[in-house]
Amino acid sequence: MALPNKPAGELAATLDPAIVEIDTDILIVGGGMAACGTAYEIKKWAPEGTKILLCDKAALERSGAVAQGLSAINTYLGENTPDDYVRMIRNDLMGIVREDLIFDCGRHVDRSVYLFEEWGLPIWKTLEDGKTVDGAQGAPTLKVGTKPVRSGRWQIMINGESYKRIVAEAAKAALGSDNIIERCFIVKLVLDKNESNRIAGAVGFSVRENKVYVIKTNAMMVACGGAVNVFRPRATGEGMGRCWYPVWNAGSTYTMCQEVGAEMTMMENRFVPARFKDGYGPVGAWFLLFKAKATNTLGENYMVTNAEMLKQYPPYGLAKVPASCLRNHLMLKEMREGRGPIYMDTPTALANLSATMSPKEVKHLLAEAWEDFLDMSVGQAGLWAGTNTEPERVGSEIMPTEPYLLGSHSGCCGIWAAGPNEDWVPESYKIMYKGKNYSKMTTVNGLFTAGDGTGASGHKFSSGSHAEGRQVAKSMVRFVRDNADFKPVLKESAKELADIVYKPVKTFMEHYQKSTSTDVNPNYIKPAGFQRRLIKISDEYGAGIATSYVTSGPMLKKAFELLGMLREDSEKMAAGDLHELLRAWENYHRLGTVESHLRHILFREESRYPGFYYRSDFDLVDEKNWKCFVNSKFDPEKKEWSVFKKDYIQIIPD
Amino acid sequence: MPSFVDPVKCDGCKGGEKTACMYICPNDLMVLNVESMKAYNQEADQCWECFSCVKICPQGAISVRSYSDFVPLGGSVSPLMSSDSIMWTIQFRNGNLMRFKFPIRTTPEGSIDPKNAAHKGKNLDDEMLTDEEVDNYQLPRPIAIVGK
Repeated sequence: MALPNKPAGELAATLDPAIVEIDTDILIVGGGMAACGTAYEIKKWAPEGTKILLCDKAALERSGAVAQGLSAINTYLGENTPDDYVRMIRNDLMGIVREDLIFDCGRHVDRSVYLFEEWGLPIWKTLEDGKTVDGAQGAPTLKVGTKPVRSGRWQIMINGESYKRIVAEAAKAALGSDNIIERCFIVKLVLDKNESNRIAGAVGFSVRENKVYVIKTNAMMVACGGAVNVFRPRATGEGMGRCWYPVWNAGSTYTMCQEVGAEMTMMENRFVPARFKDGYGPVGAWFLLFKAKATNTLGENYMVTNAEMLKQYPPYGLAKVPASCLRNHLMLKEMREGRGPIYMDTPTALANLSATMSPKEVKHLLAEAWEDFLDMSVGQAGLWAGTNTEPERVGSEIMPTEPYLLGSHSGCCGIWAAGPNEDWVPESYKIMYKGKNYSKMTTVNGLFTAGDGTGASGHKFSSGSHAEGRQVAKSMVRFVRDNADFKPVLKESAKELADIVYKPVKTFMEHYQKSTSTDVNPNYIKPAGFQRRLIKISDEYGAGIATSYVTSGPMLKKAFELLGMLREDSEKMAAGDLHELLRAWENYHRLGTVESHLRHILFREESRYPGFYYRSDFDLVDEKNWKCFVNSKFDPEKKEWSVFKKDYIQIIPD
Repeated sequence: MPSFVDPVKCDGCKGGEKTACMYICPNDLMVLNVESMKAYNQEADQCWECFSCVKICPQGAISVRSYSDFVPLGGSVSPLMSSDSIMWTIQFRNGNLMRFKFPIRTTPEGSIDPKNAAHKGKNLDDEMLTDEEVDNYQLPRPIAIVGK
């Protein structure tokens, strides 16, 4: 038997990748909803001859958070005002949000939903007689005024298995397949050699062949999702992949942008969704559409029995829908005090609904309940099938997950970005470059972001991310028009950049024969082991599930001690094949994102999001001292971090 | 595993440059072993069970065996895609069977008009998107403002 000390994987990495240099005017990094929005909109603004390139580490047809599909569009304003949309998000995110960005998303988002429907996305409708029909039954469109089927004030139901395929088809048709490189993972942004704080390009590699891309550009958007598997998940075997948000979101957006000096905001924010245990299937339709209740083991609705706890957090706990973190806060009390498991009472909900329905309607209702999983979380259906969980007969356990970092769902960490060019937007929310403000530009000139990237503006979801991507398209074209004479010069040579990208391969090749196993070798660390060390640190010291989301100053300092050594060891990551090289860079990005998250939690001396995390040394929401943004910035020259407060400005009245 | 491949049905997409599953997997998990001309999932614990590979496989060779760390054996969930709908078959561990069919698309695949010419943008210096310009959409302003 041959020893296993040889490179694994089907696509071996080599020491001499081809270097492909590309000059473009606009670079789109990412392929999800935001990037597809940009791709759809941009050629409608860009003059003939403008060079535009999109790089996606996967295939556009099934990449990003919507790859699997969705059963609902969570942001469609319809009869609501953008003003009320701001109010809802401000409360859900405990008061500290960028109201300009949220209002801006709210006033554009329905336009993207109209496009989705025109392109072929089936959207459920409520007819004039009150009957509801699915999206393929030919009812008139939302755009002409037909009512959707709401599962909540802001959410509408769809038949969304092919949501991403449809949106990607439009993006590809608009941008042109020649302007898209799939399976190209951009791993590092590059600043300009001559002008300080100016983006000039990016470097990445092909996951399919030994090829490094060195790209020069005038403007760039980075929108490649949030950060998943940055905390030890509840399932650590095969189930590590069954995270609630897509497993391939590796914090690339945050780490790449912060490394070139982009100011970050609210990186202390996280999302800990309460979902069906282990399968992480959606609960929204069960709560909102089927009116199910979650109960403790005594059959009590803890939102009622623990209602007093909400009063401790005015005004966020007193709203009709209390902030998401506070709902977790009430559930965690039950779990800590031994009144778990918490169950979603599906049999009662379905029995109540079917009391007034015909058998045919009941059958249809059950199909809707299953579609909720099958459209967006098939693994949950697999769990119910494997455990004989028929929802009309038995309830199903729900539980808060491990923490996720994101800016487009019910979380708001991300990058500080410029507000729209409107007279109602505070000056401190604008970012001026040569006398002009470019909507959604970061504090690095020429670098834009959207979707999970834009900080302090959660609840965009799929539709809002798409709309935001479209806004960035216009903003970037305007930027390139105004700065047409800019000639990007990369700080490092193409060869130097290629060496950085392929360093894990070089490390592997140098050392792998010094051990009879490629995975155990004192000269390097493999990406999988690196990730396990990272998530053990974040979980045990950074308010993960190990401590029921509790941390403190001393615990965070311990985390930084260990993360410091992990950062040193990141120089020794080794990759024997192209897939492993992808993982090496993803986990490097995860490290930067975790550091940023904990740095912000350490700085904010309060517990702003009870139920998402607690500082045991500052276990209060301190409106007097901390109703402000926490921002941070890395100085790429001095290699130093600064963390500071930034004023929150209320724009929309209570 | 997440997804797994039936070696009898998999034909390696007939020796093409890349297999359909390799093309589609959002997490770069599906790979082709050239010697056997069969595909496999190279990193089971990073599989989201998104079913993209199952849905796209032209041979119907890919299925999902649910995560071993929390799902008992015996159940299965299987999709069958057509151009406008998807049919799901769910088999419970106890043998019960359910079948659902849902629409996925109301237009033919490949029919989307990107409207690059029809929606050419006019004013690059305001905040309107191209389709908003075409429809003379009135961009809302806050009804009232408390701070600036």
